[in-house]
Amino acid sequence: MRFIFKTRYEQDINLFQHGGQMFWYAVLGLVLMAAPFVVSSYVLTQLSQIFIYSIVAFGLMLLAGFTGQLSLGHAAFLAVGAYTEAVLAIAGVPFLVSVPLSGLFAAVVGIIVGLPALRVKGLYLGIATLAFGTIIEEIIARAEPITGGNAGLMVPPINLFGLRFADGPAFYYLAFAFALAAGLILINILRSPTGRAFVAIRDSEISAQSMGVNLAVYKTMSFAISAAFAGVAGALYAHNIRFLSPDQFTVVQSIELIMMVVIGGLGSIHGAVYGAIFLIALPQAINAVKPFLPLFLSEATGLQPTIFGLVLVLVVLFEPLGIYGAWLKTRTYFDLFPFYRQGMFRRQKAFQKSDRLK
Amino acid sequence: MSAPFFEAHGISVQFGGLKAVDGVSFTVDKGEVFTIIGPNGAGKTTVFNIVSRIYDPSAGKVVLEGEDITEVPAHRIAKLGIARTFQNIELFEHATVLQNLLIGAHVHRTTNPVAEALFLPSVKRAEVALREKVEEVIDLLDLAVHRDSMVAGLPYGARKVVELGRALCTRPKLLLLDEPSSGLNVEETEDMAFWIEDITKDLGITVIMVEHDMTLVSRVSDRVLAMNQGRVLAMGSPAEVQRHPAVVEAYIGAPAGPGMAPLEKAS
Repeated sequence: MRFIFKTRYEQDINLFQHGGQMFWYAVLGLVLMAAPFVVSSYVLTQLSQIFIYSIVAFGLMLLAGFTGQLSLGHAAFLAVGAYTEAVLAIAGVPFLVSVPLSGLFAAVVGIIVGLPALRVKGLYLGIATLAFGTIIEEIIARAEPITGGNAGLMVPPINLFGLRFADGPAFYYLAFAFALAAGLILINILRSPTGRAFVAIRDSEISAQSMGVNLAVYKTMSFAISAAFAGVAGALYAHNIRFLSPDQFTVVQSIELIMMVVIGGLGSIHGAVYGAIFLIALPQAINAVKPFLPLFLSEATGLQPTIFGLVLVLVVLFEPLGIYGAWLKTRTYFDLFPFYRQGMFRRQKAFQKSDRLK
Repeated sequence: MSAPFFEAHGISVQFGGLKAVDGVSFTVDKGEVFTIIGPNGAGKTTVFNIVSRIYDPSAGKVVLEGEDITEVPAHRIAKLGIARTFQNIELFEHATVLQNLLIGAHVHRTTNPVAEALFLPSVKRAEVALREKVEEVIDLLDLAVHRDSMVAGLPYGARKVVELGRALCTRPKLLLLDEPSSGLNVEETEDMAFWIEDITKDLGITVIMVEHDMTLVSRVSDRVLAMNQGRVLAMGSPAEVQRHPAVVEAYIGAPAGPGMAPLEKAS
């Protein structure tokens, strides 16, 4: 067990609490840097996809996990970012200009979608965002001259400083850099007054207000930042998939995204990444075990959604803090060994259960 | 004579057919501890909610230091120097005590979101400065042991203190305490009394509180306002108000009139 002796306030503000943490993050960074030399190009594409979904998860975590605003239309922001990027790339706009524009445009849409949040909460907000998401999906399908409609849209590869970031290691490093930057921005927001205001809104709107937090401004800001993250991720997604069609951004996709942050662990930055890994790895895992399953199971349609749903139910019932919570408990168990008590996390858990969708 | 520090002038509020507060007026001087007492449903918390702008009064006005604040939105109140606590504790449950107090200092932020996203050196300096101010409150209220605990895991008594601390972190001129001693044991109530005295005497903060514990009320209050059914019953020193016939009647009931048989004979 490690005890940290704090002598300066900066110690609570710094990114790393102690040298051990810094060491392990450095190891992780090196492993990720070395990955292209070790793994197959297929795995590399999947890793890039995990980075992209991590960015979405960071944004959605900020909104759902830290501001307490439910969004069931997040795939729409992803779509807005992806299509903006695709259209700009086709028009020959350089990548470094088009990506911020994609994020910005998604943020504007996010502000519009977030307007109901100023009036309604919880499930009603979920329904309102769901409706907005469907509308945006429909708009994309109908705006054929720009988006290609249901026939889809081919996306040209990224051209950056004369280098081609089409696929493989180059795109992988690009996605890695974006995910890293997104994570850093999220951490920075959360350790400063803006992030604390978000948390305040999540836990008690009435006292947030009495502490001088302007609910309308901060809720809108949370939606905008969250949508901007999804927009940037969408831009990368467009280049990774290289073909866009409206059916990639349906309500089902939105629900998968919210499941990603719930299963990863609402209210934790690590949870966002765990959720993204889970979302990308689960279909792969299912495919890997399929040959060993009895025929009626492996041939069954909807096997993946069923397993997703099952995992979600189990997480909500038994581990409200998701994968992150499970990791936290395991770590505490070994930290305190042999003094870990069964009920150590109970109080928080009991509270979370009743308050989940407030 | 100069204008009073705080003034509520004929405030009324109506919920459907119920007049929760009906033409209540009072003034509070700077540095005073002003207590509102009354039976359940008297409208005490409603008065607080009007002052902290959570409810709009249907009539009357609220004036702080000569400025009419009746129309000010709720999130501006903290900036004007009014802080409050809540009867049923409204803390940020899934944040640490330190984070709760830092949110209390929200109105004193000096940084903008863009600088924060990049965490520029200026943001770091501002955070340290904010933290130093918050630590003063932690020292005052002896909260150091709980500094890094999650509020969700704290006992009730500690939460009450955290809530008081969070209100102090806004560096208010006027502090509204809604039942500061409810749910506290004798010892904790004693501590609360000391802190209220410190807050008024040392920090020079004016306090308006709603309280049921008459020992605490008599000990710390300069003046007491008794309410019942939305109306003012009596106002004056704690002893005067406690003796006031209308107050006695509201709490215990009317004294036996000539038409009623005394209790002893009835049994």
